[in-house]
Amino acid sequence: MSNEIALGAGAGLSTELASEHHEHHEHHQSFITKYIFSTDHKMISKQFLITGIIWAFLGGLMSVLFRLQLGYPDSHFYWLQDVLGKFWVEDGRITPQAYYALVTIHGTVMVFFVLTAGLSGTFANFLIPLQIGARDMASPFMNMLSYWFFLAAGLVMLSSLFVETGPFSGGWVAYAPLSALRDASPGSKSGMDLWLISIILFVVSSLLGGLNYIATILNMRTKGMSMTRLPLTIWALFFTAVIGVLSFPVLFSGFILLIFDRNFGTSFYLSDIFINGVGALPNEGGTAILYQHLFWFLGHPEVYIVLLPAMGMASEIMSVNARKPIFGYMAMIGSLFAICILSFLVWAHHMFVSGLNPFVGSVFVLLTLLIAVPSAIKVFNWLTTLWRGNIRFTPGMLFTIGFVSLFISGGLTGIWLGDSALDIHLHDTYFVIAHFHLVMGVASMFGMFAGIYHWFPKMYGRYMNNTLAYIHFWITLAGAYLIFWPMHYEGLAGMPRRYYDYSSWESFKQFAELNRFISTVVIITFATQLLFIFNFFYSIFKGRKVTTKNPWGANTLEWTTPINPGHGNWEGEIPEVHRWAYDYNKDGREFIPQTEPVGADESQH
Amino acid sequence: MTIFLTIAVIVLVFLVIFQIAKASEYVGILKGEKETRQQANKINGFLMVGFLVLGLIGLYWCNELLFKKTLLEHPSASVQGEKVDSILWITLIITGVVFLITQILLFWFSFRYQEKENNTPFFFPHNNKLEVLWTVVPAIVLTVLVIIGLRDWFYFTGDAPKNAMVVEITGKQFGWIFRYPGEDGILGKKYYKEIDPATNSLGLVWKNDSTLHLKDDPATHDDIVMEQTLYLVKGKPVKFIIGSRDVIHDVGLPQFRLKMDAVPGIPTTMWLTPKYTTEEMRKIMDNPNFDYEIACDQLCGNGHYSMKGIIKVVSQEDFDVWMAKQKPYYYLAFPDKDPDNKKTDSTAKPTMAAGQLMNKAVAKN
Repeated sequence: MSNEIALGAGAGLSTELASEHHEHHEHHQSFITKYIFSTDHKMISKQFLITGIIWAFLGGLMSVLFRLQLGYPDSHFYWLQDVLGKFWVEDGRITPQAYYALVTIHGTVMVFFVLTAGLSGTFANFLIPLQIGARDMASPFMNMLSYWFFLAAGLVMLSSLFVETGPFSGGWVAYAPLSALRDASPGSKSGMDLWLISIILFVVSSLLGGLNYIATILNMRTKGMSMTRLPLTIWALFFTAVIGVLSFPVLFSGFILLIFDRNFGTSFYLSDIFINGVGALPNEGGTAILYQHLFWFLGHPEVYIVLLPAMGMASEIMSVNARKPIFGYMAMIGSLFAICILSFLVWAHHMFVSGLNPFVGSVFVLLTLLIAVPSAIKVFNWLTTLWRGNIRFTPGMLFTIGFVSLFISGGLTGIWLGDSALDIHLHDTYFVIAHFHLVMGVASMFGMFAGIYHWFPKMYGRYMNNTLAYIHFWITLAGAYLIFWPMHYEGLAGMPRRYYDYSSWESFKQFAELNRFISTVVIITFATQLLFIFNFFYSIFKGRKVTTKNPWGANTLEWTTPINPGHGNWEGEIPEVHRWAYDYNKDGREFIPQTEPVGADESQH
Repeated sequence: MTIFLTIAVIVLVFLVIFQIAKASEYVGILKGEKETRQQANKINGFLMVGFLVLGLIGLYWCNELLFKKTLLEHPSASVQGEKVDSILWITLIITGVVFLITQILLFWFSFRYQEKENNTPFFFPHNNKLEVLWTVVPAIVLTVLVIIGLRDWFYFTGDAPKNAMVVEITGKQFGWIFRYPGEDGILGKKYYKEIDPATNSLGLVWKNDSTLHLKDDPATHDDIVMEQTLYLVKGKPVKFIIGSRDVIHDVGLPQFRLKMDAVPGIPTTMWLTPKYTTEEMRKIMDNPNFDYEIACDQLCGNGHYSMKGIIKVVSQEDFDVWMAKQKPYYYLAFPDKDPDNKKTDSTAKPTMAAGQLMNKAVAKN
């Protein structure tokens, strides 16, 4: 098999691995090659996951801090000043500079580090080889590099929190000229340099990972695993990787131009600018809108990079726990494909009021609303999958149902914002915050939780505590709706996002009480996430042990490996696949694993 | 001290939750996996339908509390905003119906089809009729929305009526500068390198500058420039020419339901027709402090949240009286050219420029 050859050639740091699988003798790796510079896709996925969890904690904590300001604008938190220092909190109040820095870094970290690397990085790494029947990634070494670039990106971002002028504070979209001019804002000084370096490292990480995922899925499927027998998780991760590989380089190019504008006196994004206290700048002839095109050409597909893995995992987990085949497997692939294509054709819907030509805008309205069709297909297919099932509410399944609910709630408001005639009113208000947090933030987070709960037994050979998981789910679901649902109303009042204080605005100050309520719920919901983090780490060491290979009664290949698979995943031959992954309750049998040959008397579908 | 107490309480709560969770896991092991699962299933199934019911009640309650605080409680302050509101309601009804149906089905199915001993799940991998149905129906509904939306979009972004007054809005960190064209109806040329924050905040070209190859543009001499408050006329369309002096800003007009970015180097436009004067709107809103506010809607730096402008919508008569009192910006930079300074006894009369403007405004009516 080509798997063995690829592994032997690419294993890099542990070259004798290939022979290990054939001889099955106990192989002792040192601590460093096993846990740190590991080339085992399972270990790398755990590295991505744990780093992602740390970033999610930090990103979440930042949102708690800026929600303190929004919810309690008149209060003084002197203890916070003692902890964070004067740059962040002055006279007990979070400073405007710190507020904007927190908003910016929260967005960047959550979108890139948590929901891209933490989600794709974890589950593409973990599931692709295990579910397609491969011993490892096409290039385990590149895979390892992908993690280390990600870690480096994170460390650079973290270091930007400690520079004298503060981290970047111009929003996660980093619109030029604000991000291009050091004198426009203190956050645009060295904080922005570090921000750019960090994201460029991240792009490298993402490309290394993405190319690897695509190569592995296309080339290293086990015998019998045709593309149309792949579980939907793999299809989703495949399209995610394709989107990432095609769109991240465009962001990269946009950032290169930004670096030139910042450091080398070019005028790609700059024209006709007079800065208070500095005077007129020499730059002429650039266009600030070019940056937005380059940014959103990644920025919009990025939304689907975040969302597709969650969709794929939801489909798989739902089918397993409803004990029913996923409804409309081919339609699910088709809609993923449609979303993948359309995701590249809708970017300018973020720019309806940017000064874009209205005719161009109208084309993007059409394409944007078109993307609602495959999304609708997916939702109806999930609902039909639940219909007449035999549903087991495992924690993974609960989060999957929560994911569908949040995806519906946030997705429908996409129809509002994709319509330029409505967006001209709602653009950059809290309506947008509510929309994208529900549909891509919390929904994808739910997909990630579902994946963690579902595959934790495969990752660590232990279960997470169910009671804690149930508490985690119900409080988080209720919290998500309590936080983001009322924000629609703030948006319908025209309340702009990214305001430090609304108290001087006659049009928006009526929401002071609501903001306090939302902030309180944020604190409670965040505390509940700590419960999850505790459950996660505690269960790694002390969780209930898994005693059977296939605890959920699932069909896919990862459950045919040993309970604690070594590097190489299967002892002996890689199993051959004979059917699709969704034969649940067919012909009176509860589940039929993919490895079982099709019987002569089996019904066709 | 209270902080330590709070932390202690939180840690204690966590410990209690953890102990309960741990205990229930041991009980589960004693009971056996199957029975534990059935019990947990029952509880979660019940919570599913409970969440649905509480959620729907919450939805209603939230609407009761918050709807009156939104803009939808009162009519739109612009003619264009009425169209925004109408497409908003159409979209709300369509998405609202889909929302209710899908959410109810989702939680109801979860409850109804929870695992039971005698349940036989239905092997139902695909059904072409159903799949075509829910591809075609959303496509048709969305087409309708696109058609209505684009009709309005082209109306909003199309040319302003011929009789529209023109006002230039320029954003800067962190405030707004407004410019009226003055009596000649032409906004004079400007060039950003001429900007002087004290006397020429927009960089109007009103003197010859050989190094920059600029020639004095007489059209600038009667332009009227002001900050913070913008006066508009009720019922008269106004076309904004929007720009920025430094970074990207956005002219956000919530009560008029419109907004447009202010981009350095690229002029953008937006037009609207105010329907109510500020005074009328105060009565409608029942709020004597109400003002139309211009909110910057594009993050522009640390003072973003304070970048406010005020729009006063007044009747034509009031506008003419107000306009008559305004002096061209030119005279601020060149006090010696101001006719007021030449004649010492002209304090009671309106200035020449303003007087002519008033005549012109009357003639238009």
